Amino acid sequence: MSSTPALRIENGRVIDPHTGRDEQQSLLIRDGLIAATGSEADAAAADSVLDAAGGLLTPGFIDLYCNLREPGNGQKGSIASESRAAARGGFTTVCAAPDSSPVNDSSAITHLIRDVAERDAPIRVLPLGAATKGLSGELLSDMVGLTGAGCVALSNGSETLVNARVLRRCMAYARTFGITLMLHPQNQALAADGFAHDGLVTARLGLLGIPEVAETAAVMEMILLAEETGVRLHLSQLSCARSVDMVAQARSRGVAVTADVAMHHLLFTEQALADFDSRYHLQPPLRSEEDRQGLIEGVRSGAIGAIVSQHQPHDPAAKNAPLGDTEAGLSSVESVLSMGLILVERGELELPALIRALTTGPAQVLGLTPPSLSVGQVADLCWIDPQARWTATAETLLSVGKHAPLMGTELPGVVNQAWVDGEAVYTRQD
Amino acid sequence: MTTTDASARALQLNDQGQLRHFLTIDGLDRELLTRILDTADSFIEVGERRIKKVPLLRGCTVVNLFFESSTRTRSTFELAAKRLSADVLNLDISTSATSKGESLSDTLLNLEAMASDMFVVRHSRSGAPHFIAQSVTPGVAIINAGDGRHAHPTQAMLDMLTIRQHKGGFEGLKVAIVGDILHSRVARSQIQALNVLGAEEVRLIAPSTLLPTDVESLGCTVAYDMRSGLKDIDVIIMLRLQRERMEGALLPSEREFYKVYGLNTEKLAYAKPDAIVMHPGPINRGVEIESAVADGPRSVILNQVTNGIAIRMAVMSMAMGGQRAQRGQDAEGQA
Repeated sequence: MSSTPALRIENGRVIDPHTGRDEQQSLLIRDGLIAATGSEADAAAADSVLDAAGGLLTPGFIDLYCNLREPGNGQKGSIASESRAAARGGFTTVCAAPDSSPVNDSSAITHLIRDVAERDAPIRVLPLGAATKGLSGELLSDMVGLTGAGCVALSNGSETLVNARVLRRCMAYARTFGITLMLHPQNQALAADGFAHDGLVTARLGLLGIPEVAETAAVMEMILLAEETGVRLHLSQLSCARSVDMVAQARSRGVAVTADVAMHHLLFTEQALADFDSRYHLQPPLRSEEDRQGLIEGVRSGAIGAIVSQHQPHDPAAKNAPLGDTEAGLSSVESVLSMGLILVERGELELPALIRALTTGPAQVLGLTPPSLSVGQVADLCWIDPQARWTATAETLLSVGKHAPLMGTELPGVVNQAWVDGEAVYTRQD
Repeated sequence: MTTTDASARALQLNDQGQLRHFLTIDGLDRELLTRILDTADSFIEVGERRIKKVPLLRGCTVVNLFFESSTRTRSTFELAAKRLSADVLNLDISTSATSKGESLSDTLLNLEAMASDMFVVRHSRSGAPHFIAQSVTPGVAIINAGDGRHAHPTQAMLDMLTIRQHKGGFEGLKVAIVGDILHSRVARSQIQALNVLGAEEVRLIAPSTLLPTDVESLGCTVAYDMRSGLKDIDVIIMLRLQRERMEGALLPSEREFYKVYGLNTEKLAYAKPDAIVMHPGPINRGVEIESAVADGPRSVILNQVTNGIAIRMAVMSMAMGGQRAQRGQDAEGQA
């Protein structure tokens, strides 16, 4: 009956957050779907068989915030280069950040991104549109046009929505059409020219600080406005423990708010900047140890539903200057899994919670069908060897950005293979 | 914190633990700071000779690389280098290359092509000398002449020399630093140096708006009131207040600042009777300090200037020595 060859993956540990399954069993992939599992998969005829003993089988990861740098920033990356890097990181779906050049604030740019992705990307690329024209925070973008063209949500990128009146109207308009807003909360007057957490390291190194209240005040404002307007609000890349508390409280009183955190905020603190290492110049900044623990707790409790890569590839010149003159961001998409597994190895995060925050959590934010490794579901999945080690270097990284976290040290966890619609889109090379 | 200290140390010291760059006090130990002070003491005598030169840096090219203009600091570095018999090139970059859009790393590549041995760097960005020390050819020494709000280690060391001359040492000393700590690279280096050298207490006196968040983590206490804050103090260091602080809404007015935090004869009486008064200069009379105090018997402000040349000679000769020793060792290793 099968129209395409069937693949049986045997002996892997299947972690499927949607069904709560966590057991060793076989999967049969046929016609782009999970055709059978367990004993049925074992009994079925297969054209090829993979032995995944010792490995993990999970739904493909979904990244809510990834900079692909196309159109317009070819020196930093392209949809082709960065989507391949993402596939290597286990991601089968990435949301493309709107701050390309030009900004994705029109359906023409959205179509362009989709067309290039169709041609060049091995994985699914879902564009995020700009919530305001040019991300300037002044005029509303054509929200209906953008979502009609395929934007899955609208975002302010890494910019700040300075004007509370525009923010309120933006929410009210988005709410009218059931559009999800993904906003990065930061009060610009309080953040000013800062580029590091206002705390121990800024005190010692004399760096311009961004106080925690620059985020928490914006989170509070956004939650109150979301509550009033009824918009579906997703807060992007929280960095403070108190923000997590506010999100949890709002959710408990029924506000439609979700949140994510960048993986590096779960692993690093302000101390990463102690040697002026420009790689760890991030926006929002890496904060205190207390904040890091609060963010991890948020992932464990579910107050933070998703972990994102916040991948920001750069050309070398963007990072090769005194710290305050460099551009923010890590080339992180290939290292997300390893960073997560470090947390698992340390006992700070449970493996199922990590996988949930990379799969069903982000799907829920976008209102997608929950990814799952059960029969009849789309075969977007990855096969991970959690015991294998690799080292990020300028040579091993697929991304154009060569400023990954923890470069030169041995990292746990390698993606052996990733599939989209049952087709292998990445296969480990070494 | 320990990992940071270790890495700052690794960048500044050669394999034998000798100074090869002088970027920050952070991570240096008491023995090394004392050696800088002792070496500077020996150079003070050179300044009193008729022929004020020693041949320690003969044949070396020292480039004063000032991305932020400063006549006074640059002059003392220039004088120090010349007294060590070096050839000196002064480059005021704030008005040349970078304003034409050249990146810092490109500027450096060009300067290195001139076979310089040492860069004395002043830059408005915290950490710029670290960046330069990490990117220059091995063997070139970097001396920090002030970076952003981060560090001004030669200024701090000349202040330590002045304190040692007047107080004999640091054991049991209580030092007050008064004014704009937040923006001060001098204060950060002073706090670190005083802690390393064993002062009993470093007390910061300033309003909250001029203190960094978590400042106590640097090893100091905080007082908001000048009179009670000066109690039992042996050394008072006044910091310069910039006019811009009013525009940034950090302070209401110069007049109010002077009223609350300005050092006058009346407030000085709250410190120990033999307390000395210091200021890194240039002073704002009537803003942070009264003329009668600045010019009075307790003021050691002019000693600081003299000591500045000796300290810079000490640091430059020690860093050059550390680079030469490392080069010797590397050559041996290859042979």
